[in-house]
Amino acid sequence: MLSPHEKEEIQKEIALYPYAQAACIDALKVVQEHRGWISDEAIRDVAEELSMSVTEVDSIATFYTRLYRKPVGRNVILICDSVSCMVMGYETVYKRISDILSIRFGETTPDGRFTLLPISCLGDCDHAPSLMINNDLYHDIAPEQVQTLLDRYK
Amino acid sequence: MEKPLTKYILPDKDPLDFAAYSKEGGYAGVDKALKQMAPDEVTNLVKDSTLQGRGGAGFPTGMKWSLTLKNPGGSGLKYLITNADEMEPGAFKDRYLLEGNPHQLISGMIIAAYAIQAQKAYIFLRWAYKKAEVILKKAIDEAYKAGYLGNNILGTGYSLDMYLHSSAGRYICGEETALINSLEGKRGLPRSKPPFPGTSGLFGQPTVVNNVETLSWISHIVENGADWFKKLSLTGEGGTKIYGVSGRVKKPGLWELPMGTPLREVLMDYAGGMQDGYELRGIIPGGGSTDFMTPDHLDVPLDFKGTVSAGSRLGTGTMIILDDKTCPVAFIKNLISFFSAESCGWCTPCREGLPWTDKILQAFEEGRGKMEYLDTLSFHTRYMGPGNTFCAHAPGAMEPLQSGLKYFRDDFIRHIHEKSCPWR
Ligand SMILES: Cc1cc2nc3c(=O)[nH]c(=O)nc-3n(C[C@H](O)[C@H](O)[C@H](O)COP(=O)(O)O)c2cc1C
Ligand code: SF4
Ligand code: FES
Repeated sequence: MLSPHEKEEIQKEIALYPYAQAACIDALKVVQEHRGWISDEAIRDVAEELSMSVTEVDSIATFYTRLYRKPVGRNVILICDSVSCMVMGYETVYKRISDILSIRFGETTPDGRFTLLPISCLGDCDHAPSLMINNDLYHDIAPEQVQTLLDRYK
Repeated sequence: MEKPLTKYILPDKDPLDFAAYSKEGGYAGVDKALKQMAPDEVTNLVKDSTLQGRGGAGFPTGMKWSLTLKNPGGSGLKYLITNADEMEPGAFKDRYLLEGNPHQLISGMIIAAYAIQAQKAYIFLRWAYKKAEVILKKAIDEAYKAGYLGNNILGTGYSLDMYLHSSAGRYICGEETALINSLEGKRGLPRSKPPFPGTSGLFGQPTVVNNVETLSWISHIVENGADWFKKLSLTGEGGTKIYGVSGRVKKPGLWELPMGTPLREVLMDYAGGMQDGYELRGIIPGGGSTDFMTPDHLDVPLDFKGTVSAGSRLGTGTMIILDDKTCPVAFIKNLISFFSAESCGWCTPCREGLPWTDKILQAFEEGRGKMEYLDTLSFHTRYMGPGNTFCAHAPGAMEPLQSGLKYFRDDFIRHIHEKSCPWR
């Protein structure tokens, strides 16, 4: 069930478009904002709210990489693995993070503290290697800084 | 040297707010256009300026607008969209403009929307640009409060609403018709053209999609005129260009320079040349979907024509440098993996061809490459080339590969002979 709060936020988005379905991505984002990810149940609820079919909503939710259809940790680390960051050595940064947390790309720490994901170019190539933790962008990352960086996120 | 676009962008400083930007004359272009010029006069001025789109393809901006002016549209509604999706690997110029001077874009959008008589304008923003999101929201609010957005702007009878839409993350949403689908809440699949967005775009209405850097020019052109714009450049193509360099150079970064600045100057004078211990092997001049240039091309003027004469494209103007300590095969493989992962899957050549290409390159990396694979790769560059796929995604992906096969063939062959990557 969508919470009254979620419903209200979704209705606000719908008001910006000529018809409700156009707010589909925004509605999914609202749900993700509140719950961290988008479950099958949430897909059904959003479909109902927007008078869409479940398959239709799911096909949209699965198309976009920043809509999570699986649970993620409390903090999501996105490491840029695109070309400028490759040239500037993202792989050593990744390896350090992966060693410290004992997880690889696509995995979540058992305590749910971190999920580690690759991300394409963050538009920060002149400061490569770059990464994002939640909404925070970090750049010119050296492997030695990684531990201190991770310590900021509980 | 005049730097209209970046004049007020100060590193590590907040952007000018509405009051400060207006005080600097930032909204004078809006006043002039809305109060003194007819919509088609604005469009003709932009045509005269020869401004070409800065989103990659270089389509003449004034011409794009005039196509829409000829289309009143069924319900009379029209839309203007700023393409701020910027997801191309190696491209980072629009972020700088969005975070550094949001009112420059917004004032340009108001004029552009007026010129095409749009009633609604959207900024389609890349999800990762969190800082830009906050800055743009605030700037749009300020513009509303100052009466530059909303009903009856400056008492002229013209009304415009502006919305910020943060994307949910897919490279293909930068393609203008996929962007329109995404803005309609759908999967971001490209649409077949024709009809072009100028005839039938967002919600079936005439729509103009322009890049951030393109629209950031508009108020300057209205204030200063077409000749001023043309004279900013070193070549026949008007304006300045925001160039960027990333990779193993001494000072990676962004600079606004006259259009047509030679590659050598950007690379050596501004980016400071290569880091000690690294040699220059190749340059991707404008984001990941452009062909390699080589050290032989250092004297090429960086404009649309110049880069084409060197077998490449200006693209976004943000260069990626390949050095001698980086494996060219791995460099190309990285780009192809990106394009493969970002294929929207709509058409077969791209959906199937890109993963196949990626696997062959993986084989080279692991020392399993064979001579005949070189032919297979060339075959792919032709079959995913222009005209063979539904949109320009796959042809773009093939550009670094086809030029890479030409310039770095020996490196591919070394992988085959040595049965491993010589750089690992
Ligand atoms: C796969 C693909 C991705 C694109 N991504 C972007 C982008 O992120 N930003 C952009 O401005 N243009 C992008 N474009 C180009 C747009 O389709 C369109 O040409 C451009 O936004 C028009 O603006 P302009 O005329 O001002 O250059 C992309 C094109 C393709 C084929
Ligand atoms: S070329 Fe690729 S991205 Fe473009 S429509 Fe075909 S599958 Fe989609
Ligand atoms: S390549 Fe990593 S930020 Fe652009």
